[in-house]
Formats: sequence, structure tokens, C-alpha cells
Amino acid sequence: MKEIRSTLVWPLVALVVLLVFNAVASPGFFHVEWKDGRLFGTVVDIFNQGARVPMLLALGMTLVIATGGVDLSVGSIMAVSGAVAAMQVNAGASMGQAVAAGLGLATLLGLVNGVLIARVGLQPIIATLVMMVAGRGLAMLLTGSQMVPFANRSLTWLANGSVGGLPVPVVLVLLLAGVTGWLLRRTAAGLFIEATGDNEKASRLAGIQTGGVRLAVYGFSGFCAGLSGVLEAANISAADPARIGDTRELDAIFAVVAGGTALTGGRFSLAGSVVGALLLQTLTLTLYNQNVAPAVAPVPKAVVILAVCLLHSPRLRARFGKRTQSVAA
Amino acid sequence: MATGLVLVALFVAAGAGYENFLSARVVLNLFKDRAFLGVVAVGMTFVILSGGIDLSVGAVMAFTTVFLAKVIGGLGWSAPVAMLAAVGIGVGFGLFQGWVIHYFRIPAFLVTLAGMFLARGMAFVVSPRSVEIRSAFYDDLGERGLPLGEGLLLTVGPLIYLVVVAAGMVVAHGTRFGRNVYALGGNEASAALMGLPVGATRVAVYGVCGGCAALGGVISTLALSSGDPTRGTGLELDAIAAAVIGGTVLTGGRGWVFGTFLGVLILGTIKTILDFDGSLDPAWLRIASGGLLLGFILLQKLIARQRVS
Repeated sequence: MKEIRSTLVWPLVALVVLLVFNAVASPGFFHVEWKDGRLFGTVVDIFNQGARVPMLLALGMTLVIATGGVDLSVGSIMAVSGAVAAMQVNAGASMGQAVAAGLGLATLLGLVNGVLIARVGLQPIIATLVMMVAGRGLAMLLTGSQMVPFANRSLTWLANGSVGGLPVPVVLVLLLAGVTGWLLRRTAAGLFIEATGDNEKASRLAGIQTGGVRLAVYGFSGFCAGLSGVLEAANISAADPARIGDTRELDAIFAVVAGGTALTGGRFSLAGSVVGALLLQTLTLTLYNQNVAPAVAPVPKAVVILAVCLLHSPRLRARFGKRTQSVAA
Repeated sequence: MATGLVLVALFVAAGAGYENFLSARVVLNLFKDRAFLGVVAVGMTFVILSGGIDLSVGAVMAFTTVFLAKVIGGLGWSAPVAMLAAVGIGVGFGLFQGWVIHYFRIPAFLVTLAGMFLARGMAFVVSPRSVEIRSAFYDDLGERGLPLGEGLLLTVGPLIYLVVVAAGMVVAHGTRFGRNVYALGGNEASAALMGLPVGATRVAVYGVCGGCAALGGVISTLALSSGDPTRGTGLELDAIAAAVIGGTVLTGGRGWVFGTFLGVLILGTIKTILDFDGSLDPAWLRIASGGLLLGFILLQKLIARQRVS
């Protein structure tokens, strides 16, 4: 428990620094008001947008990275599920059916990744890179490369409605994160995932079905990406196969790595990833507020993620000696 | 072997399916169209041979094209100087990535993924839109080339491509550096124990790849006379696919530069077939290259498994 708390320190510090900067740079940043039975404000927006994409993707990505893998296909899977859900409601399906179809296909694509990695033995980078390209192609093929607009109140409500004053995505995602975290830590599943990432061979010899574990985490990652894609489409009442999820895989990796999950696998912190996602979203919004063009925004993000990785690297830690070690301990 | 057969089979099938497919002009256009990919793929082959991966190549290429457009059009640099500077930047960027990967022990895919966003973002900083390049040097180069008779001209882009492939083959198979790359990819620990300069080789490999990516960008501006920050999206997969289809093993240590050359031609032929047909959705190109890559990796796995048993 102590270890988890200490990995949370740095992302929280960074988050606070960013928030303080914003409070000074843009007045009214923390202004939150109650209107039409729900909360409005910049901070609520950060939570809402943070939950919709980075937090969801990071949930799945955390478990994938904990097993020592990576999933580069999440952005493309988002596009597929968003497109499928949009086409389903246009074809007359109910909101529930459309979401189920999108999530089902997304989970299936995630499982395909898992089969290629766990059963066929491909490197995770390659298998998911193939899915990244083929998945985007699939989304374009399904929609004929056209934007799919739809008019379905209940689907739009998923992204823009509110429950008890809070935006639906925030409630949905925090619930999912809570349940996932609780299940993983209350059962042996979390331990199996960490064992697989730590030493796959030893885990297998110890009787853990590492293949099944890996299959499951990629399936879960596909599911999370699928939900994120549906919410993205619901938010603007249209699915854009070329834009949904584009370059979001780095956002997810950013959130996970910033949250203290090591890229080498073997340990993970879901709470850290949630904080990492909030950090990312705050950074994105800060850049936006400072009039940085959206297309340029990846530059500072890339710099921050590299910096975080350097902080994690053994060589740099060795140089700083005891001081860093005591932080890590 | 399998690669060559697939290439021949594709050509024969396409020749049977479409009129006028088997002509020198089509082949020449294929070379012209895919020259930038070919050069990038040679660099990628070196990285994969060393046991690494470089996801930043497409973004580096995009940056190069807008950089050229900006300094030639906006700042009035002479084109050759600008091209040299662009390739220099590519090499420098690659060396930096290699240094971070080696000295901080951060996974190559992560460093180059960050590099991809960095370079793509910088391309947008230089110019958010596509820019036309107007230069007498470019117009002049466009008309030059190796005449092949019958009014056909092997233009500068494909010519650079062929030279890069030849140079790549010499470096990979005939120099000490090439042998070090193979040794590093084969088994890093034993390469280090043999006293080979593991660190320098790894850093240099990413430098080579960055330089090739920038050179690909130069070729791309030659062909299209413009710079575009969105160019080369997904190029990294095509380059990896070309290398793998050509028989380079993803875990490093085994492969051929000439195989990559064939791999690029296969991908190019598929694209040409899609262009020829016209009725197929361009989205199929992505699915086909992804599927083909997967097929060849599975084939490699199968062969490796047979060798073991």
C-alpha cells in the first residue's frame, strides 16, 4: 500500500502545479456553478473529457502494460465502435443495442489482438500496430470514409447527460474503474496480471494461465476503447471514422506511465492512471487556454512523457542515488 | 524466396486481370510513386536488424517536407543546402532517439512514439497547411534523369532510391558496421561480450533511419513539389511491413536489405492494382497491408517453428 501511495505523489504534485498555474493564468478556472440540475465549470469539463477518452483508455492500457505488453490499436478500435454504434442507431436499433454492438465488436478486436499475442506469439507492438492500421481501415470501410451523423436522444445522453449533477461519462468511468480495481485487488486476478508481467515463464510454471491472462487484458482494453469510441461519437452526435481516437494511444500510454505503472510490466496502479489521465487532460486544456494550436499540442505532451520516462529510468535513478531510491521505496 | 514468388504471382495475376498492366510505364510509375517508401524502408530494415523499431519515420518525413518548403520558399535558402540541412536534421533527430533509447534503457517503441508526436507537432509548427515549393532547382531536377528509351525517364527520386538500396546492401553485408548491427540484433549480451561497440552501433542505427526518413521526405517533395505536415501518416507500418515481407525477422539479427526492396515493390504493386481497379475502396489498402504483414509474420513463425523441431 505504501508503494502505491508514493507512486501517486509525483503525478498529484504535477497536477497541483498545473492547476495553480491555471488558477493564476486564467481567472474563473475554478468557477463551478449549478445550472439546470447539474454542475458546470472548467474543472467539471476536465473530469468529463478526461473520463471520456484518456481515463477509459488508460484503464485498459494499465492492465496491458502491467503484463509487459502495449496496445497501440485503441484509437482505431474507438473509431470502429463509434462508427458501428452510429450506424446501428441509424438503422433503427435502440441505444442499448447500438452500444452493445459497438462494445461487442471492440471487445472482439481486442481479443483478436490477444489471440495473436498470447496464442500465436507475436510481439504486442506488432500485433496491435497491425490492428491500428487495419482497424482504422475497417472503420473507413464500414462508413465509406464518411462522417455518420445520427439523431438519437438516449445515445447523446450517454455523453452529454447528467446523473446526480455529474456528467454521465464521469459516473460511468469512475464506476468502471472502481469495480475493476476492486475486482482485481479482492481476487487473485490482479496478482496474476502482475506475475505475468514480472516473469511470464515462472508464472506459467507456478500454474498461472498466462495465455488466458494476456487474452483477457487485451480483450478488456478493446472493451474500454470501444466504450470510449461510443462516448466520443455520442458527444457530437456523429461518428467520424478518420478522426475519432486519432493519436489517442499516446494519451493512454501517457496517463498510465505518468501514473506510476512501469512500462516493463509487473506492477500497476489504477488510481495512478486515473490521476495521470486527469493530468493529461489538464495539460491539454492548459495548452488550449494558452492558445496553442491543437495540432501542435502533441509536442509538449511528447516532451513530458519522455521526461517522466527518464525519471523512471534506472540509470538516472542510480545517478541521484539514495534520494530517489527513498522516494521509490 | 517466398517474397520473390509473391511479387511475380501478383504481377502475373494483375497482368491477367487488367489490360496494359504489364508495361514498362506502369513499373516505372510504381518506382516513382514508392521511391520515398523504399528509402525509408531501408533505414527501417537497419533498425529492425538491430532488434529495435522506429515509429517516428512518417512524422520525420512530414517535418522534412514542410521544412524544405519553408526554408526554400520563405527564407530563400538554395535548394541543395536546404536538402542537406534537412537530412542533417533527420540524422540528428535519429541519433538523439538512439541515445535516449540506449543510455536510459527506455523501450524503443516508446521513445520513437514520442518522437513521432514530437516531429509531427513540429511539422505543424512550421506550417499548419500544405505549402507549394517553387524553385528553379526543383523544376530543373524534375526534368533530369536516366533516359531508358521509348521516351521513358528514370527520374531523380527513383534513382536516389536505387542508390540507397545498393548502398544499404553494401553497408549491411560488407562492412564492419553492418556486421555489428547483425550481432547486436542477434544477441546483445554476446555482442557486448565480444567487445563490439554495442552503444555506438545502436545510436548510429537510429541515426541512419532518421537520415533515411528525411531523405524520403526530400524525394517526396521532388515528386509532389510541396510540403505537407500530414504526409506520411501510417508510413511507419508500411516501412515495417516492407522489411518483414522482405524476410527481415522482427526480433532482429536476420534479414536482407534486398528483401526489403522486394517488399516495397509488393506493397507498391498492391497499391497499383487498387489504383487500376478504381472500384475498390481505398480503405482496402490499409486492411491489405495490415493483413499482408500479419500473413508474413505468421509465415516466419511457421518456418522458425519447423527449424526448431
